[in-house]
Amino acid sequence: MKWLKIINVQPVALADIPLIDIHDFRAGMIHRMHSGLRLVQFFAHPQEDTTVTLFAVLADDGQASLYVAGAKVARGADYPAVTPNVPAAHVFEREIYEQSGLLPQGHPWLKPVRKGIAGIDPSEMPYEFFRMNGDEVHEVGVGPIHAGVIEPGHFRFSCTGETVHHLEIELGFQHRGLEALMIRNQHPLYQMKLAETIAGDTVIGHGTAFVNAMEALGGVRCPRRAEQIRVIALELERVGVHLGDLSALSGDVAYLTGQSVFGAMRTQAINTSMVISGSRFGRGLLTPGGVRFDISGAMKRDILSTVDELQDKTELAAEVLFTSSSVLSRFERTGIISEATARNIGLVGPAGRASGIPIDVRADFPFGAYASFPVHAFSLKSGDVFARAYLRYVEIIQSLRIIREQVETLGDGPVSVNTGPIKGGQFVVSLCEGWRGEIAHTVITGRDGRCARYKIKDPSFNNWFGLALAVRMEGISDFPLCNKSFNLSYCGFDL
Amino acid sequence: MKILFTLFVYLIAPFLLIGLVNKAKALWAGRRGAPVRQPWFDLVKLLRKGEIISRTTSFVFRLAPPINVAAAVLAVLLVPLPRQQALLHFPGDFVLFAYTLGLARFMLVAAAMDTGSSFEGMGAAREVTFASIVEPAFFILLGTLALVTGDTSFADIFRSLNYSAGYTVLVKSLGTIVLFIMLLAEGSRVPVDDPNTHLELTMIHEVMILDYSGPDLAFMHYAAWLKSVVVITLLANLVAPSGIGPAGGFLFFSALFVILAFSVAAVESLMARLRMSHVPQFIFLMTALAITAFVVVLFFRYGRI
Repeated sequence: MKWLKIINVQPVALADIPLIDIHDFRAGMIHRMHSGLRLVQFFAHPQEDTTVTLFAVLADDGQASLYVAGAKVARGADYPAVTPNVPAAHVFEREIYEQSGLLPQGHPWLKPVRKGIAGIDPSEMPYEFFRMNGDEVHEVGVGPIHAGVIEPGHFRFSCTGETVHHLEIELGFQHRGLEALMIRNQHPLYQMKLAETIAGDTVIGHGTAFVNAMEALGGVRCPRRAEQIRVIALELERVGVHLGDLSALSGDVAYLTGQSVFGAMRTQAINTSMVISGSRFGRGLLTPGGVRFDISGAMKRDILSTVDELQDKTELAAEVLFTSSSVLSRFERTGIISEATARNIGLVGPAGRASGIPIDVRADFPFGAYASFPVHAFSLKSGDVFARAYLRYVEIIQSLRIIREQVETLGDGPVSVNTGPIKGGQFVVSLCEGWRGEIAHTVITGRDGRCARYKIKDPSFNNWFGLALAVRMEGISDFPLCNKSFNLSYCGFDL
Repeated sequence: MKILFTLFVYLIAPFLLIGLVNKAKALWAGRRGAPVRQPWFDLVKLLRKGEIISRTTSFVFRLAPPINVAAAVLAVLLVPLPRQQALLHFPGDFVLFAYTLGLARFMLVAAAMDTGSSFEGMGAAREVTFASIVEPAFFILLGTLALVTGDTSFADIFRSLNYSAGYTVLVKSLGTIVLFIMLLAEGSRVPVDDPNTHLELTMIHEVMILDYSGPDLAFMHYAAWLKSVVVITLLANLVAPSGIGPAGGFLFFSALFVILAFSVAAVESLMARLRMSHVPQFIFLMTALAITAFVVVLFFRYGRI
């Protein structure tokens, strides 16, 4: 059965999406994924009648095309799970079960994703942890309340001595019901504010995915100058967080020099975001139709000099960090994810690229101003903490170059246009490469021209399972280091 | 002077050591840092606070802090001011010294296990594993020194060492490295432990005292800091030149104290912590060097190995 081929941030009529029999749908999905396509989104959309429509979005990264299809299933029914054939679908199918009650028959790991955790609704299915038996096995539970300023999440290790055999990560403590809130109040300002809070460290990333989707549905094109400012903000966000990550990675191995030098640079980077929008995290910058703050001539010079300074300092500090033998002995061969594993579980972003999967939405599905210049998706083969750290350094330099180019070539003209009402009966997928990886927002509009479904996927949704696999057979004392090398979002997962 | 020195070790040195290390690290990191006297404030603050004691613990948990402080206080009395007699001295006093520290460690570990927390159990396991390598190395070193001099009391050993043959320079150099590694290992410093981390899973010393608060925590900190100062005093005794009076000994100790504080800070600033599974290799360096010193003595003193 033919799936509909679509393009990133280009709406199609909902009626054009083929609705096929669930068994054909499942077989087609498995067939396509085994021939190299990647699962971007897979979710349930309950209809007004007694059915639920399952939608799947698959990505063909080499061809810049997305494939979408749907299947109608009776509410409360079950369907044969995809996960046994395609492990990357495991968390999507758990979410489908939780959000719509459709039981994926034969799912090997059917546990709550968000609900039923932390007493949100105790009547939901309880969370049961995987147990290892044996006299020498001991369990270590960490969280959900942690020392330090960290989001809540529960980690349970099954160990023998210092060696971790299994890590299970229970999340959902920060579930806010974001997808429902996006539907309940559809004032653009309110939705914009919500989108910015999906993950507090990815304001521009999620914000860009949201505004792109809204502009596509409204049929407006944001002015060129605003697109460039969005690129500058998104890359500044990436630089800031990556610098902070390198600082924290140094801190986790007690390498004071790296911790303090990169930490100080991070402040410089996020302060540049403040120069533009008044917020160090870029809040309030984006709006459907453009941006709310312009970059003046004086600001341009400011940004350029900061970028030059950051580049010099980063290169110097990275040389010291990545040639320090004591640091390398901690980073190298720690927390390895092989390419086969990474593909199986569907890792995205720097974590995936560090395992040799060269995917980057900016390169594969260019959006906004990214369509006008090439972005190279860097990747490394080793899949260890070193690869994830070094890739961050490479991406910082790449992002600084992009910022410099965009500031220097900033066009004239307005920075925002008025947006009209959004079109009804549409389906749009908006992908954006946040610093953590592929962000996907899928919006379905009803016939009345209102959003009927707002599906959000943060890259953490794909990647948390990667962390669980990375620490297998590692020392438990290396867990914090592995964790920081992924640096995943709790609230972006919990929504 | 002995009394003055002992008071200095009790009341000033432990705080000064931590204060200096933290200050030096802060300056290296480009920060202004907390004042050097901050550890005093911290301890006074803790002493004035209330305590929360976990219901799962028994008397062992309550007993550990006073015993740790008592052991550290006793250990100080056994270690002489360079080139002087210690306040307490008798043949074989270094054995009592080693087991005084051993008792403190036993109580610390027992109290950590007493809480029933999986973190503290892991910390205790790490502490005991590493201590079981540190202790023999320490004994081999002291046995070597006793062999050189034929004495069995700290002060006598260190005094006679200076009048022994030239090869003792080699023994002293090796001993200095052994004691410096012991300072890092026993003081819970980088590269063995990380005193600044908030990550329970990677801690050794800090995780064992996680459940303590208020005065008990102050006692635990004080005992740990004092232990580091004791190791520094031993090091000062080992390398002090002969013929310096009590005042000279004090001066020499103070100078070495500051140098070592900055050395510890330099190690912590310039290198990352070792992977937990590599720590034993690092501590075995102590053993290897101590055995080398022992072989050197056998060779030069008895002409054969």
